[in-house]
Amino acid sequence: MCLAVPGRVLAISEGPLLQRTAKVDFAGIRKEVSLACLPEAKPGDYVLVHVGIAISVIDESEARRVFDYLDGLEAEEDAPSQGEPGQA
Amino acid sequence: MKFRDEFRDPDAARRYAEAIGRAARRPWTLMEVCGGQTHAIVRFGIDQLLPENVSLVHGPGCPVCVTPVEYIDKAIEIAGRQDVVFCSFGDMLRVPGSEGSLLAARAGGADLRIVQSPLDALRIAKEEPGREVVFFAVGFETTAPANALAIHRAKTEGIGNFSALVSHVLVPPAMRAILSAPGNRIQAFLAAGHVCAIMGSEVYEPLARQFRVPIVVTGFEPLDILQGILMCVSQLEAGEARVENQYTRVVRSAGNLSAQDLIREVFQVVPRKWRGIGEIAESGFGLREAYLGFDAERRFGPVGRGAERPGPCISGLVLQGAKKPFECPAFGKACTPEHPLGVTMVSGEGACAAYYRYRNEAAGKSAAE
Amino acid sequence: MNDKPVFAPSCPLPATVEGRVELAHGGGGRAMARLIESLILPAFDNPALRRRHDGAAIDTGGPCAFSTDSYVVRPLFFPGGDIGSLAVNGTVNDLAMCGARPLWLSAGFILEEGLPLADLARVVASMAQAAASTGVAIVTGDLKVVERGKADGMYINTSGVGRLMPGADLHPRAVQPGDAIILSGDIGRHGIAVMAARESLGFESLPESDCAPMADAALALLEAGIRVRCLRDPTRGGVASALVEIAEASGRSLAIDERAVPVLPEISAACELLGFDPLHVANEGRFLAFVAAADAERAVEVLRAHEVSKDAVRIGSVGPGRDGRVTMRTAIGGNRIVDMLSGEQLPRIC
Repeated sequence: MCLAVPGRVLAISEGPLLQRTAKVDFAGIRKEVSLACLPEAKPGDYVLVHVGIAISVIDESEARRVFDYLDGLEAEEDAPSQGEPGQA
Repeated sequence: MKFRDEFRDPDAARRYAEAIGRAARRPWTLMEVCGGQTHAIVRFGIDQLLPENVSLVHGPGCPVCVTPVEYIDKAIEIAGRQDVVFCSFGDMLRVPGSEGSLLAARAGGADLRIVQSPLDALRIAKEEPGREVVFFAVGFETTAPANALAIHRAKTEGIGNFSALVSHVLVPPAMRAILSAPGNRIQAFLAAGHVCAIMGSEVYEPLARQFRVPIVVTGFEPLDILQGILMCVSQLEAGEARVENQYTRVVRSAGNLSAQDLIREVFQVVPRKWRGIGEIAESGFGLREAYLGFDAERRFGPVGRGAERPGPCISGLVLQGAKKPFECPAFGKACTPEHPLGVTMVSGEGACAAYYRYRNEAAGKSAAE
Repeated sequence: MNDKPVFAPSCPLPATVEGRVELAHGGGGRAMARLIESLILPAFDNPALRRRHDGAAIDTGGPCAFSTDSYVVRPLFFPGGDIGSLAVNGTVNDLAMCGARPLWLSAGFILEEGLPLADLARVVASMAQAAASTGVAIVTGDLKVVERGKADGMYINTSGVGRLMPGADLHPRAVQPGDAIILSGDIGRHGIAVMAARESLGFESLPESDCAPMADAALALLEAGIRVRCLRDPTRGGVASALVEIAEASGRSLAIDERAVPVLPEISAACELLGFDPLHVANEGRFLAFVAAADAERAVEVLRAHEVSKDAVRIGSVGPGRDGRVTMRTAIGGNRIVDMLSGEQLPRIC
């Protein structure tokens, strides 16, 4: 369930909260998207859009963690294990 | 496409798969709840990268699949009325009712419009004041805010010719039902990331504690799913049973409070019947009293009782993860995407359709040769 | 006799075309004759048509290919083309896929009562331009009118005859293990363009169709002596359907690499928004070529010298198996089967 697509907020059309919309760019396709559930979105933010409404702001630093996690695992794997006698 | 392409990196995928291989010492059975995750797994061949001892069972996270047949029948009945423009997501069009589908109804003359958003249906209602515009409000919690918004705006803007046929379902009760079923083999869950974007992850704490299962909120791209699997396996190996969040770039533990407010304004929790499973208490959303004026069942008559026709279709067991599609005697023979017997073959998200299209295990051959 | 049209730079059509199609225009009487004489014949003008006979006498001069297709696209006009250019290029391309130089087309129109004549004129002008730019002559045709409410404005059938290139014997059974599968460019543009133009998808700027004639590029392969087994244009059903049809007809196993299949970012994004798989989306300016492995590199070079196939790329190979299936190495290194859909791809939100 829940096909949601990431896009970048280009501009916001102000108005009453439930009628607020943003122009969002999806790799060249531009659409109006409802911000009724995302009052905190700002131009330049990346948002996740499902059935025409933005449901979350995408956190770029958290996105990197998917890759940092992997690097961390492999660093553990490569590091000599603790408690083994005679290891440098 | 940013925030999509980088999560399909083949090198990182291979590294995650190797990490899972190193972590998994014992056999484990995981369930990915969401149909979108099932789709990604089968479409990218993610399960082929996993070690033998980690197996994935596909869950009932397909709101299309679990919509009771009587709702399809009601939708077809309403769509057939001369004065009605019936709006629906494309997903629902091929789902078999007792007789035929919405697509067949369109062939029979129904004014059926595929929409990408409930707000499109609202716009059509404004543009065609002389017609009754009915929207088929199906989905999980992810789609609920949009449906709530459309219904709320219909009320505040006085769009009287708009109504919604509501068949919303909730994920946590379904997970509870699966965990409570006798003979349950599921040891950990990849929770539905977009549902959690709305509702948060805290609601899974009681489940994780009571049933002692790791629950990892997981996204939809290959690297998300692989990381989610790794996090589940790591917990299982360590004997842990916590709620963790893999999808931190999108999901906050409290969820989206604005969306929850909107849902709470328009909907209340109700019991719902799940096609192939049966009724689950407190497992759906229904309209609150104040919005019943926009309930299609009020305007066009209530949904019937409905009974599943007996037949070889085991979609209920597939939805619960008790059987794999190729274990069904009809799979690939009497039941194919061209002539589906049940919803899991009709819906693009359904496990049977996914297996048939991407694996074709009917012929006994795996794509991974 | 040379039946190829002379490209007349001045437009013979009246500057403004008013009025609508009426049932009388299909009646075979004066109204029909006037419509054809004023709107259609001047645009397609060529010696065969000037004979004003029911059929055209043509000299094929040797083995030829014959193809037909009907065009029912909605809307009639879309970014990058219209039903007219589609009707000409589509049949031109089908002939090219047979290994034939397209020469003559017929054009059968079924018009809806009430269609603005200006729309008909626009479509006809588009067909004339498409025909002239690819060197084909529309030498015969037909016109019928049906009641308001039928024909979605207009349906067009074009049939075409082309002269087979010497030695051309292209068909799925010629495909052999080891053959290279080449795709002439990025996929998914036409289907998305038409859908965006037809439905209210809310796309601010509409993507363009790739509708284009491909005969020169396709036949260049034969002219260069490339051992071409089979050519196929992936129209309805997309690249997936075209590959599956060839796999099933040849009984061979085909294998492609997802990462090699080019998709423009905006088309990829549009597909994501609709829940579409680009492999199943229609193309009208792309083709697949199955060529001998040793000729693959040169084939790509030959294609890249033509505008319509400047991004040609090898996407896979014919395997040794005989299961008649298409498999694909996915973007992350997994494997899956590529199959046809049972019906049209419907937008999904799940």
